[in-house]
Amino acid sequence: MVEVSVSQRITSDDQLARLLQIGIVLEEVVEARAHHHYESLDAELDEEVETLLSDAAEESAEHRARLEGLIEGLGVDSVPFDEIESLVDARYGRTQPDDFDGVLYDQLCNEETAYKFYDDLIEAIEGADAEFSVDRDELLDTLEAIREEEAEGVSEVTEVMERR
Amino acid sequence: MNTADQYLKTIYVVQKQEDGPASTGSIADALGVSPASANEMIGKLEERGLAEHEKYKGVRLTDDGIVKARDALQTYCIIERFLANVLAVEEFREEAHELEAVIDDTVAERLDTIIDRQPECPDCFDPETDACACLEVAAVPAEPER
Repeated sequence: MVEVSVSQRITSDDQLARLLQIGIVLEEVVEARAHHHYESLDAELDEEVETLLSDAAEESAEHRARLEGLIEGLGVDSVPFDEIESLVDARYGRTQPDDFDGVLYDQLCNEETAYKFYDDLIEAIEGADAEFSVDRDELLDTLEAIREEEAEGVSEVTEVMERR
Repeated sequence: MNTADQYLKTIYVVQKQEDGPASTGSIADALGVSPASANEMIGKLEERGLAEHEKYKGVRLTDDGIVKARDALQTYCIIERFLANVLAVEEFREEAHELEAVIDDTVAERLDTIIDRQPECPDCFDPETDACACLEVAAVPAEPER
């Protein structure tokens, strides 16, 4: 019984809400970084990378909205995007990749991290016997759909990286 | 962070606190598990070459165990710091304990890109307060937790 003695389960609405907030922050990081790259590489932007970044930013914004919908159902406030954006700007300005390879690699890490996060979250929800104030099936459907899109994102970036 | 990593982190901290091998009782107490559960996991860690158990003395991490334990402690510090400084969670210690099992190292690394962690991390971890000694809880952002 070692595996369950140290908690690996989600036992309350509050814990679930907190994890969804973390998901929102991860999406905000992706969005803010993609936007940041998009602007910083503006002068010599290559169309393929440009499309990839703008699609990624759009998709993250959409994931964020879906997560917000879920945490609204739990009666918790979201995390304000402008705060995260300024944190990302403040920190990221120092470590900015200076070429397309760096940008693509960063984007790959973003997508992979998001995928891993949703995968672990889904597993933890599936292993939980707690009742949440949001519909469990709807919660899992939403998270599985987002996870699927992150997986697609990983293969898209990998494809572009392999072609270069 | 998986269960094994949570144990490694705890053994590391207890070992430092006790300045010697960590007793099974202290490890079980720190994790809120039964001594039998702790013993079972310690056995697994021994099999993997991450810890050594001496009868009547306690558990000592091997060099490999220490490396993994420090990584796990760093991940834990990132989660605490993120909860306290980005999400303005007052009960960040309790929440970090609740959430650490669900937050993977790769996720923590990404969260790390937006927090200000000190280069001495995780040596700055203070077992007494169960938090990073450099963590400025007073400097919480304006947004209330809820």
